[in-house]
Amino acid sequence: MAWEVKPDRPIYSQLIELIKLRICSGEYPLGSKLPSVRDLAKEASVNPNTMQRALAGLEEEGLLITQRTAGRFVTEDVSMIKKVKNELAVDHVKNFLEKMIDLGFNYEEIKTLLADMTKEMIK
Amino acid sequence: MKPIIECRNLTKTFGPVKALDNISLSIPQGKIVGLLGPNASGKTTFIKILNELLTPTSGQVTIDGYEPGIETKKIVSYLPERTYLNDWMRVSDLINFFSDFYENFKPEKAYDMLKRLGIDSKDRLKTMSKGTKEKVQLVLVMSREARLYLLDEPIGGVDPAARDYILDTILSNYSEGSTIIISTHLISDIERILDEVVFLKQGRIEMAKSVDEIRESTGQSVDALFREVFRC
Repeated sequence: MAWEVKPDRPIYSQLIELIKLRICSGEYPLGSKLPSVRDLAKEASVNPNTMQRALAGLEEEGLLITQRTAGRFVTEDVSMIKKVKNELAVDHVKNFLEKMIDLGFNYEEIKTLLADMTKEMIK
Repeated sequence: MKPIIECRNLTKTFGPVKALDNISLSIPQGKIVGLLGPNASGKTTFIKILNELLTPTSGQVTIDGYEPGIETKKIVSYLPERTYLNDWMRVSDLINFFSDFYENFKPEKAYDMLKRLGIDSKDRLKTMSKGTKEKVQLVLVMSREARLYLLDEPIGGVDPAARDYILDTILSNYSEGSTIIISTHLISDIERILDEVVFLKQGRIEMAKSVDEIRESTGQSVDALFREVFRC
């Protein structure tokens, strides 16, 4: 997964989302140790202080847990990950719906299109 | 923590031209700061004063509490906008030269970076392309364990792919807790590695803010804001 940062929003909040995505997708498995701030910053080509801020945000949400000397770990709380996954999904669907409404689609049309495309993409 | 750079009412004039006009600024330790501005906005003048290559007309500036001079040169690693190295020298000669000159220069670090950039240390500078020369110079500068790195247009002469590489080199090699000032007008390329930006306009500070503050309050990138502020 690439560390794609968009120009219109703060970088740290985008990093938070990108890391959440990695946790949800299993790229950073439950209970696993996260790379160091510096390594993560380098990987994402961002400022280490910005990465630090993103990780602190994730810690506050409880998704990451810092063990004083050992480093940062992904939470082992499955229900929390499920909740985050759901939040991300709701955001995506919201985005999608807003765009569809802009395009002039109504509820029934969206539903039909969605059903057809889902059938095609997810066999 | 004490700021690494502090300047008060700094002014530099060249005849009738005010290159820097009453600048007051303090830059904290451990930050990567972008010094941004169009041509002739005073970026290089500011950096040259910090290196004692120019002296202020009035006002003062201190680095870690000292005025620019011998003490500050020990802790400042400077990448000038133009090369000053002798081009008959081999890269290995330059590394020896820098080792003699600076206590905090780490030759092993330099050789390691050169290897990763695919540069042969036996090559002479004059046989190299402009971009490769710039890379060598950056390697020398980043191989010092300095408190303050002053990089004047570090990515100006290299292609976009090499830019990423250079930014990566900067990110992975600056010593922890030290401060980096990068002057450039190629903002979109470096925006994501910056903590803060200082916009200079005709020798004055137009704005000094953090990157995420700008993105949060304006909903646009620093690059976009720059284009708006400095529209011709």
